[in-house]
Amino acid sequence: MNSTAEQLQCLGDIGIIPFAEKIKETDFYPLISNDTIKTMQVNVGKVCNLTCKHCHVQAGPHRTESMSRATMGQCLEVVANNKIPTLDITGGAPELNSNLSWMISEARQIGCHVIVRTNLTVFESEHCFCKPEFYAEHKVELIASLPYYTEKDTDRQRGPGVFRDSIKGLKILNELGYGQKDGLLIINLVYNPGGAFLPPAQPSIEADYHRELTNKYGVCFNNVYTITNVPVGRFLQFLTNSGNLKGYLSRLAGSFNSSTVGKVMCRDQISVDWDGQLYDCDFNQALGLKCSPGHISEFSLDAFKERKIALGNHCYACTAGQGSSCGGATI
Amino acid sequence: METYYNPADLEKFGNMGEEAAELWEKFMSYYETVFKDGALSAREKSLIALAVAHAVQCPYCIDSYTQGSLEKGANQAQMTEAIHVAAAIRGGASLVHGVQMKNVVKKLGF
Repeated sequence: MNSTAEQLQCLGDIGIIPFAEKIKETDFYPLISNDTIKTMQVNVGKVCNLTCKHCHVQAGPHRTESMSRATMGQCLEVVANNKIPTLDITGGAPELNSNLSWMISEARQIGCHVIVRTNLTVFESEHCFCKPEFYAEHKVELIASLPYYTEKDTDRQRGPGVFRDSIKGLKILNELGYGQKDGLLIINLVYNPGGAFLPPAQPSIEADYHRELTNKYGVCFNNVYTITNVPVGRFLQFLTNSGNLKGYLSRLAGSFNSSTVGKVMCRDQISVDWDGQLYDCDFNQALGLKCSPGHISEFSLDAFKERKIALGNHCYACTAGQGSSCGGATI
Repeated sequence: METYYNPADLEKFGNMGEEAAELWEKFMSYYETVFKDGALSAREKSLIALAVAHAVQCPYCIDSYTQGSLEKGANQAQMTEAIHVAAAIRGGASLVHGVQMKNVVKKLGF
């Protein structure tokens, strides 16, 4: 199910109250931006050394899309001109983009806080263009996917050997000062459900991660973010193939929590695809739901803040239970 | 083929409030309170519920508390051990009644 049209059709024909209708029950219709845009999230490419089962981007070694330095420059210009405080870099594996270190250096020079979403296993790849030492030197905050604290569950979701390699990566980062209590170099881990169910309470699973990973492997980190699997891309394919689509969407819709709506991440961020196209979030990006203004080269903060955020049934993932965002639970 | 148990029937559980609304509301209020974090965590309670569901062999409860345990952060190893607790108690309950058998044998025999 590679085409975005197929995905949207699949999500639309599911027999639940459409999210665009459900949101009318709240004070946030139409859904628009906050006054302040806090984050520019940039997807620098879909190339990845892994092919995780929950990946909405459908990233993998077979992908070729990668952001050019010119497009990165346009992103940095928008960040600087509009005083956007945080640059959040994602992929694919961002480290497989040869321009990543340049982008980080430039962003740090203009005083921008930089977050990179790493998979922890890419550092030993021969095509890795950004090493842990570089991250430490530039005080980059890292957010690393580690779906569970056990080898079996993590490898089932992300591939054989990924857990061990992730622990190895974490140890390297710990030696550089990441994850320590002084909070100077931050690394946060991400829990993703290992299938068609909602994440647990964030503080509860965070305590498990700290206990298990510290006791068994001697690694440390700062926080755990729980992120709900969004029915897009490879995860949507899984739901369809396994007969879980209707049940999962019903579960998300049935867990709709109106108090999460005001805190959805699309209200204070810009999402930029590898080719400079603008979106409301990384999931709308994966579904091809473009926003206006359409390209980073024609960005206007005022116009961006006035746009109506594109909604679909996948949005239920960000409003179920404790809420979900790229920064974990929202309430 | 028709069966006595249908997964879709789980969603109709609330229909049990018909004809006896007050009892239903009291039951649900109690039920929701039982499963909140307390002296035991919500996860521990979910694992107990999963074990009991197997002991009473309720397919609806097994369905609910498998998903519920996963959503409380439990893993398959923990859930499997919980079911072994149920199996041990059920098996032990049968076995300990062997004492009754021995008592009868003792009474009847020379």
